[in-house]
Amino acid sequence: MADVAMNVNGEAVRAELPDNTLLVDFLRETLGLTGTHVGCETSQCGACVVHLDGEAIKSCSVLAASVAGRAVTTIEGLADGDALHPMQAAFNAHHGLQCGFCTPGMIMAGVDMVRRYRASGEALDEAAIRHELEGNICRCTGYHNIVRAIDAAAKAM
Amino acid sequence: MYHVNYRRAGSVAEAADLLAEAEDGQLLAGGQTLIPTMKARLAAPSDLVDISGIEDLIGIREGDGAIEIGSMTPHAAVAASEVVRARIPGLAGLAAGIGDPAVRHRGTIGGSLANNDPAACYPAGVLALGATIVTNSREIAAEDFFLGLFATDLEEGEIIVAVRFPQPARSGYAKFPQPASRYPMAGVFAAETPSGIRVAVTGAGEDGVFRHEGLEAALAEDWSRAAAAAVEISPEGLASDIHGAADYRAALVSAMAAEAVARAASRKPKG
Ligand SMILES: Cc1cc2nc3c(=O)[nH]c(=O)nc-3n(C[C@H](O)[C@H](O)[C@H](O)COP(=O)(O)OP(=O)(O)OC[C@H]3O[C@@H](n4cnc5c(N)ncnc54)[C@H](O)[C@@H]3O)c2cc1C
Ligand code: FES
Ligand code: FES
Repeated sequence: MADVAMNVNGEAVRAELPDNTLLVDFLRETLGLTGTHVGCETSQCGACVVHLDGEAIKSCSVLAASVAGRAVTTIEGLADGDALHPMQAAFNAHHGLQCGFCTPGMIMAGVDMVRRYRASGEALDEAAIRHELEGNICRCTGYHNIVRAIDAAAKAM
Repeated sequence: MYHVNYRRAGSVAEAADLLAEAEDGQLLAGGQTLIPTMKARLAAPSDLVDISGIEDLIGIREGDGAIEIGSMTPHAAVAASEVVRARIPGLAGLAAGIGDPAVRHRGTIGGSLANNDPAACYPAGVLALGATIVTNSREIAAEDFFLGLFATDLEEGEIIVAVRFPQPARSGYAKFPQPASRYPMAGVFAAETPSGIRVAVTGAGEDGVFRHEGLEAALAEDWSRAAAAAVEISPEGLASDIHGAADYRAALVSAMAAEAVARAASRKPKG
């Protein structure tokens, strides 16, 4: 067993976990944060994307013990009380989801890409958004409204 | 995933000790290959020795005529590095095109080289640039490092510490990604290095990464897109699988070689 402590959505959490516990299982099963989804289990769909110290990662491909001591943000940690994060609000306004299964990963990936492009000074245009979404798969929307939502959120953030 | 003992190493020496103590230990870097493989029960080490917390292994150092990249440096850091973008744009472009953003935040150059997936991108860059793989016990020339599918010259318990790239005059990489996995079905890295024009092909060979003499000879005569495109690429020794036959891969190698040369000429990193 591993004694794992980390910060999740601003709160210190700690648990005794089997060594092979994945970060996504720690979030969902131990902490009950089921907003982070598991789609493929093979590291390709992006439904499980969370932020590790502010950077997008696939929580199904990382051991919880491996990120002990670090800060994780999940979809539950984005809103400010009742006020949705601009990326969440934009997905709502632009109808960037249908079944919603991919949405938490899409939103976490969207926030990450806006942050990186802002830091580098490069333009996050439509082609860039589509390229950046290569690791996030949606079976419903056809992506157009997801791209529109991220584009709108980038302007609002 | 089967049960595994998780061990965190604070230094390279400690990692080597932990590996030696373990019954069947394996290093854990970014885990972007190893964790999915363990989840699929295709790997079942008794112990994982995590080297991701070793600060000395992370970072990019500029030396005289060379750039050294720590083995735990993630792909995203190589892609974003001002130093790599300015001095080896082909390598920055290669790193920028690996997988997707989340994979690039975790996956590392050391893990990619140690794994030597026949479709991985870094082996092409390392071989074409004539880089040296620095381990905790010795230095290995790229020529001697890659030994076919998923096989390298690394010995049991040997740890890659860094990779040293001699400064090329120009460099470019282009890949045709398999649309679902984003690994190359053919990737070509072309470079003008201190040891001459070198061209390495990944994703296409039956035995993994290899240098292409025909492309190297043609580009030594005339470094141009047209010269690369004019080289006849034989399908012999190229892989045939569900994604494409050997002759299709030969055509991809030709197209990617021309594109890599064009990118190298422009000196602009591109994924
Ligand atoms: C969806 C997806 C898409 C991908 N697309 C691409 C792609 O387009 N191109 C590409 O090249 N790769 C791709 N990858 C693979 C990615 O680049 C991996 O990061 C890389 O292959 C392994 O690096 P890692 O740090 O994750 O290593 P790990 O998975 O942690 O380890 C891999 C192996 O290397 C060994 N190892 C790790 N570090 C060392 C070291 N320092 N010394 C000795 N041995 C070591 C480990 O024991 C293990 O056997 C993709 C992966 C995913 C999940
Ligand atoms: S569940 Fe993690 S990438 Fe699909
Ligand atoms: S909204 Fe259904 S998978 Fe994206």
